[in-house]
Amino acid sequence: MQSSSTARASLVSASGGNAWIARLAWSLGSLLAFLIFWDVAANLIDHRHLPRPLQVWQTLLEQIRTGDLLFHVGMTLARVLVSFVLAMIIGGAIGLALGRSKTADNLFDSWLIFFLNLPALVIIILCYVWFGLTETAAVLAVAINKIPNVAVTVREGARSLSRDLNEMAQIYRFGWWKTLRHVTLPQLAPFFAAAARSGLSLVWKIVLVVELLGRSNGVGFQLHTAFQLFDVSMILAYAVSFIFVVQIIEMGVLQPIEARVNRWRR
Amino acid sequence: MAPVTEPYRVRIESKVYPPVANREAHLVLRDIDFAIEHRSFVVMTGPSGCGKSTLLNIIAGLDREFKGRVDLGTGEPTIGYIFQSPRLLPWRTVQENIELVLPPGDARAERIPELLARVGLTSYASAYPERLSLGMQRRVALARGFVLEPDILLMDEPFVSLDDPTARDLRQLLIDLWHRRPTTVLFVTHDRNEATMLGTRILRLSGGSATLVQDEAVRLSPEDRSDPEKVRAEQRRIFNDA
Repeated sequence: MQSSSTARASLVSASGGNAWIARLAWSLGSLLAFLIFWDVAANLIDHRHLPRPLQVWQTLLEQIRTGDLLFHVGMTLARVLVSFVLAMIIGGAIGLALGRSKTADNLFDSWLIFFLNLPALVIIILCYVWFGLTETAAVLAVAINKIPNVAVTVREGARSLSRDLNEMAQIYRFGWWKTLRHVTLPQLAPFFAAAARSGLSLVWKIVLVVELLGRSNGVGFQLHTAFQLFDVSMILAYAVSFIFVVQIIEMGVLQPIEARVNRWRR
Repeated sequence: MAPVTEPYRVRIESKVYPPVANREAHLVLRDIDFAIEHRSFVVMTGPSGCGKSTLLNIIAGLDREFKGRVDLGTGEPTIGYIFQSPRLLPWRTVQENIELVLPPGDARAERIPELLARVGLTSYASAYPERLSLGMQRRVALARGFVLEPDILLMDEPFVSLDDPTARDLRQLLIDLWHRRPTTVLFVTHDRNEATMLGTRILRLSGGSATLVQDEAVRLSPEDRSDPEKVRAEQRRIFNDA
């Protein structure tokens, strides 16, 4: 009995390992197929505006060697981080307030719709016009773009907060900080996670536009320079490293946080 | 811990639920007036849906929309409330759920291991509530109510929907904990046998717009309470049950 269940357990884990390897093989295979397709196409067209993968790779190495890549990706990352955190905190607070108070929701709902539909480019241009071509204006523009999305998502969560648990917190005199930390925020965690996931990809892209329009460093600035020189190889090199960094953050930061926040679920 | 001398006093002229959608305004409670002696175990019974939980919520201060007055003495007494559902935080462990009702660094936290042992959950201190059975969750709620050493302990059918042996077990546990540290208890149930076994005094509410219809001391010694025959006899005397 024992040996057969052990055998089954090892069988299950073996098939689990196989599944993982199979998935990795498929990913690598399809990536390789894409590179081959790209290389063949570039070879056929043979134009300097469509470099071959190897050329892009060499540009990438060159950019890493001079330290340019690290510097510009670092600047972009810093802007993403600041505006992302700002948007999550402010948007979360607004969403919580609107979800809890019917009056506030009635009062500000149309404001939210206005900001949700305001094109990112308009916000960016206005920020630069009003606050000058400064770092503050750049970060602010990105945050303002993201705040309404966070607010709308968190508002959904705040509307469905448990009254039972709030009464419990009230009876046991939790106070506002303890209630926020142990009762309210854990209930909002899935909504924050959803806002963070959709938010990070949005913030990345807007930061590039902000850099292109009014900063003298960062990936967006580099792309702008490359565009003026029609240096497609450089554009692709930065795009590839960018995708790589985003994936690292997704797998190395967001997914572990989500797993940790959800560990109580059965 | 408020310096208390006067008994607590509950006076409710009326409690009305405002009209909603297709339901008219509804008078839930009327003309209720009673005092609670300190360290007595008062059980409130009445048909289900008669407004017992509403009454507890008013006493707890969760519901302030009523006519009347609840006087819990000078200084705010510490209140423990054991709800009908355990109302534990699913994202905090058993230990954390109990700890959280205490201010940080409070000396009472040292009693948690002993309390957990008392409710038979020592090995579940770091488990998350959703992995426990309902009976175990109720025990955590009980420990959470007791760790505070409250001046008033409110209990709203805390043992409902449990199987008989578990309910009996928890009732005995409650009696033991109460004897070890007598506190004022207000216990709501519609189970007459449970009421007689636990209470030192029974308040009966009528159905409809509920009001107090009977206020009776329970004449049972602590030993008598573990004798089902004596409890049943006393239950017959109080409720005129056949």
